Amino acid sequence: MSDMFPLSVKGAKTSRRGKVLVGPVDLELDGQGTCVVIGPNGAGKTSLLRLLHGAARLNSGQINWACSTEAAHHDQTFVFQRPVMLRRSVEDNLIYPLRMRGMARKQAKALAADWAERVGLQDMLRRPAPVLSGGEQQKLALARALIVAPKLVFLDEPCASLDGRAMREIEEILQEARAGGTRLILSTHDMGQAKRLADTVVFMFQGQVHEHSPAEPFFAQPETSRAAAFLRGDIVE
Amino acid sequence: MTDLWDGLSRAFWLVATLDAELSEIALRSLQVSLGALLVGSAIALPLAALLAVRRFRARRAVIAVLNALMGLPPVVVGLVVYVLLSRSGPFGVLGLLFTPTAMVIAQVIIIVPLIASIAHQSLRDLWAEYHDLLISMNVTQTQKIATLLWDARRALLTASLAGFGRAIGEVGAIMIVGGNIDHATRVLTTAIALETGKGDFALALALGFILIALAIFVNLTIHWLGRTEREGRW
Repeated sequence: MSDMFPLSVKGAKTSRRGKVLVGPVDLELDGQGTCVVIGPNGAGKTSLLRLLHGAARLNSGQINWACSTEAAHHDQTFVFQRPVMLRRSVEDNLIYPLRMRGMARKQAKALAADWAERVGLQDMLRRPAPVLSGGEQQKLALARALIVAPKLVFLDEPCASLDGRAMREIEEILQEARAGGTRLILSTHDMGQAKRLADTVVFMFQGQVHEHSPAEPFFAQPETSRAAAFLRGDIVE
Repeated sequence: MTDLWDGLSRAFWLVATLDAELSEIALRSLQVSLGALLVGSAIALPLAALLAVRRFRARRAVIAVLNALMGLPPVVVGLVVYVLLSRSGPFGVLGLLFTPTAMVIAQVIIIVPLIASIAHQSLRDLWAEYHDLLISMNVTQTQKIATLLWDARRALLTASLAGFGRAIGEVGAIMIVGGNIDHATRVLTTAIALETGKGDFALALALGFILIALAIFVNLTIHWLGRTEREGRW
């Protein structure tokens, strides 16, 4: 449905101060469902997401969207592991991306009210966002990412350090967005969450994409021994 | 010690009787310093935000220079502005020397580095917090600056008030470019200098107390208008 896919990544690499964070990565992504990125700490999950999003410098290789890079950036948003709250009210946080795209205040506010309701923050519109609880902040960040109707949303461990209930609520919102045709690329530590959400899985290890396959066969029988060990819960180094 | 008490009672009576001359110079003090505050903030705050969000080669140097200029000697600033505005100077045709406008210009030069340096500190911290989000949202440079200035407005208020404090208590520069002319460019600080010179310590002290009271009053008013310390955490 989206015209920014397929995304083709060829030999993409990002490094910082001479240390390679991710790459070289070759990856083909089509335009449907939820892609879950898993792997041990420091495997480059966050860096891969940032690289694809354009927030990390592409040192070599190519990232080609089906449309122009600019148009692709316009249609994607990013939810950070630690939500960044603007020092404003919940409502002002929600309308911020819309206002930056030139939408009229009134229209933006109506949309914000609608989204606040969807994520269960309708009673907190006037509250300053930085005083919300961790789960509420992440839900707000999620609504703020989805409110512009992006075709693609990156989520960097959106449920890290959240309890079960907040996690379930966030997963429900994500499933809804996915059903609405939004492509999700999500990194997670939580194998249960990966199994619940994934349509395809990317297994990262030491800055490389070790495996990229549909979720069911991956969880049933991973191709590489490292992925198998990781799924078993062994410590892979 | 008696001088202090004389000064206090003199100050009280000057205020109580709404002394005409006192109101005139107090009002001029306010006008000049508030003018400098407005113009100075209009220059310094966007400059500070630009220094926070924009990476260019001379950035560190500019910040270092701004920090250094916080201690700019007012007398020297006054002298330079005097030379620029004097009849034979490049801006002599404007006829600004010995006018309140010249005093505002001198004070703006003195307080811009101060406001910009303090503002930059807090804007830099806020930018570190917002950086990833705003980059991800693809907002333009102008939008970044506007966002930072708005969300850091309370910290910026403190920066501006520091500038106001420096402006209203400043005497060296405005004495030179204003000339302390009665009914034209005399303000509280220059009047204090004059009365001290004349040996009327009680009057000088009285004016001094009024100056301090004025500064406190303006600060409280602006804080009240800005509703700091009342809601939220920032």
